[in-house]
Amino acid sequence: MTDLSLADRPAALAQGGRIGSDLQAQRVRSAWLFLAPTFLVLALVAGWPLIRTIYFSFTNASLTNLSGAEFVGFANYLSWITLKSGRTIYRGLLADPAWWNAVWNTLKFTVLSVSIETALGLIVALVLNAQFPGRGLVRAAILIPWAIPTIVSAKMWAWMLNDQFGILNDMLLGLGLIGEKIAWTASPDTAMIAVLIVDVWKTTPFMALLILAGLQMVPGDIYEAARIDGVHPVRVFWRVTLPLIRPALMVAVIFRMLDALRIFDLIYVLTPNNAQTKTMSVMARENLFDFDKFAYGAAASTMLFLIIATITILYMWLGRLNLSGGER
Amino acid sequence: MNVKPFVRTLISCAAIVGAIDLAAAAELSMAANSTGKNLSFLRDQIAKFEKETGHKVNLVTMPASSSEQFSQYRLWLAAGNKDVDVYQTDVIWAPQLAEQFVDLTEATKDVVGEHFPSIIQSQTVNGKLVALPFYTDAPALYYRKDLLDKYGKAPPKTWDELAATAKEIQDKERAAGSADIWGFVFQGNAYEGLTCNALEWIKSSGGGQIVEPDGTISVNNEKAAAAVEKVKEWIGTIAPKGVLAYQEEESRGVWQTGNAVFMRNWPYAYALGNGDDSAVKGKFEVAPLPAATDGDQPSSTLGGWNLAVSKYSDEQEAAIAFVKFLGSAETQKVRAIELSNLPTIAALYDDPEVAAAQPFMPHWKPIFQSAVPRPSAVAKVKYNEVSSKFWSAVHNTLSGNGTAAENLELLEVELTELKGDAW
Repeated sequence: MTDLSLADRPAALAQGGRIGSDLQAQRVRSAWLFLAPTFLVLALVAGWPLIRTIYFSFTNASLTNLSGAEFVGFANYLSWITLKSGRTIYRGLLADPAWWNAVWNTLKFTVLSVSIETALGLIVALVLNAQFPGRGLVRAAILIPWAIPTIVSAKMWAWMLNDQFGILNDMLLGLGLIGEKIAWTASPDTAMIAVLIVDVWKTTPFMALLILAGLQMVPGDIYEAARIDGVHPVRVFWRVTLPLIRPALMVAVIFRMLDALRIFDLIYVLTPNNAQTKTMSVMARENLFDFDKFAYGAAASTMLFLIIATITILYMWLGRLNLSGGER
Repeated sequence: MNVKPFVRTLISCAAIVGAIDLAAAAELSMAANSTGKNLSFLRDQIAKFEKETGHKVNLVTMPASSSEQFSQYRLWLAAGNKDVDVYQTDVIWAPQLAEQFVDLTEATKDVVGEHFPSIIQSQTVNGKLVALPFYTDAPALYYRKDLLDKYGKAPPKTWDELAATAKEIQDKERAAGSADIWGFVFQGNAYEGLTCNALEWIKSSGGGQIVEPDGTISVNNEKAAAAVEKVKEWIGTIAPKGVLAYQEEESRGVWQTGNAVFMRNWPYAYALGNGDDSAVKGKFEVAPLPAATDGDQPSSTLGGWNLAVSKYSDEQEAAIAFVKFLGSAETQKVRAIELSNLPTIAALYDDPEVAAAQPFMPHWKPIFQSAVPRPSAVAKVKYNEVSSKFWSAVHNTLSGNGTAAENLELLEVELTELKGDAW
């Protein structure tokens, strides 16, 4: 997103420049000059690794022999051979059920975690937006989960979720909510729930903060007008607050979505190798480093990039459509 | 992302500050896992080594999980990392990392004869000694002697006996008030440890060893399926459901707090279980793992750790000296006495001090000598994927995704495809 806005600006300047004077042309030049370092850094830290990864996905590279990689075309993605019996066998990432399982897990995780976090974040933001004593302290305190490094919080939760000596089971048992200890991270039914619990705990503050920023931009006189007209508070929320914070909400959701689609650390610590929670990033890493399949892992990484890019573009496109529809 | 230059700068800064007066002394780094008391033991030994030689050794601490260490090591070695000189390596890694390590044949020819030939063999790839043995491992069945005596039971010889005894004692103890007790804990998490556990169940039931030494994929057979199905029945009855997420340390946690009648674990848990903070101190014994029927050969997966020198190290000479120091009979003896790890030097099994400190150890020599190796030598660089596919098939079965027969059939197809023309 940053690139887009950066790239737009010189183009806009250039248009003005053609009509105008040398001064305009000079401004365009200096704009490019100032942008150059950014583009250079971007190309070095994002562009080059990305191109390397895409290149490796078309080779047969192994981690111990990267320089000896040979070009193999799309074989890592999809290849097929027809047997003498006439049966065709498909191979490659796109024919790998483990990959599609990982894609499905990632999408499931993203939709669930982002929806829950948005809803909870909105509630928290609304509460924090109200005037009450000690608000500053609460605002700071709510950021604590977000400030703890993911590895640390994942490990901490792993102990709390432990089936035998975890505090969560102990509390739930004490309250009589469960009859027997639940193996949160081990059981296929609860592994995803465990991951979701930790992720929601960790990133709801982030959502709340971004939405709160949006809420504070809403002018107070609109509420005042609504109050004088005697509009019900729920109606005010749906007709005034929500439309006005929508841009902030959209940005918050896209940040979280990008984060959730490439989720790795939390799952790697909490439920490593569990088929129910294996995501695209976890699978890519496994092939890159654990197995002797660097090129295959590079193909998975490239697909991961394409999927995230597609979803992001789709989201921005749909979001803009809705916005313009609302204006009419 | 590359942290190497940063680490290197840090280390060289430290070297400049710390070693100005020791111009000849080398600065080494060793990567080692954090299972049990491994790190504190190494720190003691490093202090001794530093005093003797004047070299300086930094410890790079790694996670306890063997699979996690491996991928980190592979990454470092593939990048030609010079920061780590000595690696503590799992017995199965030699064929996969052979190219990245220094050949120790020449440097260790004076001591290599002391070690068990089978272990030296496992670390030799194409005539090159990749790593020097540090200690060997063969798991044991830990049992609560006090509880077995209380109910008049003998240590089980077969898996069925184990299940029956575990169930009976668990039920009676729960009725008597210990609500948290379980019959049996093992390592059921989807990782290398499950491969070890499942290999034992299958091999001791006559179901082969996944991939036979000649390269045949043997895992899809009725005996293997029956063995895995049997274990599935244990989950939630004699073993907690959470066992499907347990590695060594989690199962030891349940065991050492006195909440398990039986445990499958490596010998390191023996010394820790007899520590002062242990609830089971003096209440347990170890026995060989059970087999399918009485009279069958019980099978223990061959484990063990070794010491390798990185070929990218700038201080290979000092590193080799350090490896020889750690692998020496003297250090291994201390390790056996303090940590109950099995030495790789035959003579230490007859050592009276070792026998006094770890009474089980003299009986362990035949067990690990007949231990079953994982198919790492035959699967070579593909071993990790073989192991991962195997543990996934077993983990799926145990957690209720498909029957053992279905999953093993699928596994056979996957392994055949992975094998291709040859391993």
